[in-house]
Amino acid sequence: MQAFDEMYTQLPYAFFSQGAQVRDHYKPYDAWLARQPGDTMAKRREEAELIFRRVGITFAVYGDKDEDGAGTERLIPFDLIPRIITAQEWRELESGLVQRVTALNRFLHDIYHDQEILKAGLIPRDQIERNAQFRPEMRGVSVPNNIYSQISGIDLVRVADCQGKGQFFVLEDNLRVPSGVSYMLENRKMMMRLFPDLFNLHRVEPVAHYPDLLLETLRESGPATTAEPTVVVLTPGMYNSAYFEHAFLAQQMGVELVEGQDLFVKDNFCYLRTTRGPQRVDVIYRRVDDDFLDPKVFRPDSTLGCAGLLDVVRAGHVSVCNGIGTGVADDKSIYPYVPKMIEFYLGEKPILSNVPTFMGRNPDDLAYMLAHLKELVVKQVHGAGGYGMLVGPAATAAEVEAFKREVQAHPDGYIAQPTLSLSTCPTFVESGIAPRHIDLRPYVLSGKKVHMVPGGLTRVALKEGSLVVNSSQGGGTKDTWILED
Amino acid sequence: MLSRTADHLFWMNRYTERAENTARLLDVNYQTSLLPQSRAVAQAGWQGLLSISELLDRYRDQHGEINALEVMNFMVKDENNPSSILSCLRAARENARAVRGTLTTEVWETQNQTWLEVKRMLRDGLLEADPGQFFEWVKFRSHLSRGVAVGTMLMDEALHFMRLGTFLERADNTARLVDVKFHAVETDFYGAATQRDQEYDFYHWSAILRSVSGFEIYRKVYRDVIRPERVAELLILRADMPRSLHASLNEVVANLRMVANDASTETQRRAGKLRADLQFGRIDEILATGLHAYLTQFLDRINDLGSHISQDFLVQSAA
Repeated sequence: MQAFDEMYTQLPYAFFSQGAQVRDHYKPYDAWLARQPGDTMAKRREEAELIFRRVGITFAVYGDKDEDGAGTERLIPFDLIPRIITAQEWRELESGLVQRVTALNRFLHDIYHDQEILKAGLIPRDQIERNAQFRPEMRGVSVPNNIYSQISGIDLVRVADCQGKGQFFVLEDNLRVPSGVSYMLENRKMMMRLFPDLFNLHRVEPVAHYPDLLLETLRESGPATTAEPTVVVLTPGMYNSAYFEHAFLAQQMGVELVEGQDLFVKDNFCYLRTTRGPQRVDVIYRRVDDDFLDPKVFRPDSTLGCAGLLDVVRAGHVSVCNGIGTGVADDKSIYPYVPKMIEFYLGEKPILSNVPTFMGRNPDDLAYMLAHLKELVVKQVHGAGGYGMLVGPAATAAEVEAFKREVQAHPDGYIAQPTLSLSTCPTFVESGIAPRHIDLRPYVLSGKKVHMVPGGLTRVALKEGSLVVNSSQGGGTKDTWILED
Repeated sequence: MLSRTADHLFWMNRYTERAENTARLLDVNYQTSLLPQSRAVAQAGWQGLLSISELLDRYRDQHGEINALEVMNFMVKDENNPSSILSCLRAARENARAVRGTLTTEVWETQNQTWLEVKRMLRDGLLEADPGQFFEWVKFRSHLSRGVAVGTMLMDEALHFMRLGTFLERADNTARLVDVKFHAVETDFYGAATQRDQEYDFYHWSAILRSVSGFEIYRKVYRDVIRPERVAELLILRADMPRSLHASLNEVVANLRMVANDASTETQRRAGKLRADLQFGRIDEILATGLHAYLTQFLDRINDLGSHISQDFLVQSAA
């Protein structure tokens, strides 16, 4: 089956096809591209790289060394050709995302309180309570607005249906510490700098107010103990792969960027160590995983968190965003139940579909998985970032065999999905402009209300034919345009 | 502000200032080495430079005999030497990166760009091709980073801690620079017996002046030939000489006052006292006690101030 292409109704043999098979919303761009002298794109790409380096928009690759054998800072490749979405498509996506995230938050509140969904038998109890991401410490703890996931990154892919039309599916929910939003913002800034004329030709919805919305969301999530909450961003530190983003968001919001060593707990409140003595903290936008947040409760060897933090959360004296224990809702073993959650909590039909998923824990599904590994994408239930997965059609026989043994040994630890032919978008690669597979991660903010900026992060698999878009696996990013009506 | 943030800002500027002063020192030695002089005198110059930076032993362990080229490499691009220009610029940039959210975009980009460029320049052999131009570049990156900070940062604690770092480091570095003659020949101050030595003295003191961009200033202030005691006075006591000990201490005291907290009274007292000694000191008194002894004591007091600032502001323990 041919992949759905975002720009072309039918892929041309060569690009610059005089607009014959170009979708309507890409026509102005196509015409613009045809007018550019041959080396424009190459020059702009060079310029973009220089700027990204100077600005220091980098991420760290664990276990890698750069040419001096010292730093580990890399640029995420930035592609110059935008991914364009129409206003109408976006409206539908937006309502589907708001619906989904609302249900996920209702689910989190439910399983940490009355557990109605388990009583109703919709999800097996042991799948929640024996899940490593379920935090019994959070049972019965009330959190502001009953919201657990203030910042949700929902991964979407578009797949051609039988009529050749593209349909969006939710591939994954990210409710712990979803990253990438800084690239959404920086990519837009870069495009406006490199191609100001394109923004005259198109009416592109702005995204630059995201940090304002984020700050508003965090302030709305403050504990009842204060009307003027002090917000901080908690980072694992400058060697973390997403450090740039942590620093960027703190700066854009005008709040402190703190590390675990800057925080301490006294008399059931959380404080910052400042040059003028202790200062109380009310909201912590944490970019540190649950396991490292509080060495008194979780991993005792963690130096990234703050001892005693959980007690302060339980006392309602500090808000941790996203909440502790959200991982149980974005776990790949829980994902198949999200459509049911939407119906159960909201009484609505899901607007966005899930990708059909086989669960290793079901004997029938397991048998199918083992028999069809070569056609499936198999994922570790707790894996993230493109690690610990098998893309059947691209794998060697030996890799498939090795994975088969893994799945047989721990069937509960795996799910499988059909290999989706992710939609493609023209991308400027070494050999010129060619189609590459992409996905889309919009960010949903939940405070007293649910907000979104029109846009998201489009990730692109730069290797020909590759379906893996993660930056840790050689993926790049594109600016994402939502057109105004 | 966060103690850790203040600490990074303080050290970011200390390292930038140290890189600049190392470049100044190396430049002077390099320029002097171009004058006709005996091998022994040239060696003494390079040795003095290592000695005031407290790096002589480390250098000897690694390289043995003093050799101009080796000393330059050691002081510019040896990554194992924490005081080399490369190490200082790396440390400044690492500190900046740790608090980049506190810095304006311009300040961060200046630090980052300096680091990216110094790596490129050293890789491309620009130090060997033209040392003078390389040192000039280091100085101007430092000027730029100070100017960008003052021109773009909010005038709040962050800026005060940065300035505190700059001027504490400058006081330290200038004191070492004035002391270099002692380390080079191990005699105190005057004592140039022969005509030849007196000539050398002239070049030595004028080189020191040039290293702090003070040659024209000296002529303007004193309208006189170069006399060692006046050079010392200019670099120690003149409050209007921007790299003097007195001017540096004025900035330290002013910035310290801006960030004062409940714990810092004693630190302020010590800084104020050190400043007062410079304000009311006289060069003939200083020379009577001995310049080297005076500077050694001054460096101890600067060091003491540094640890007090650190205790009071930068590594606050849980209250």
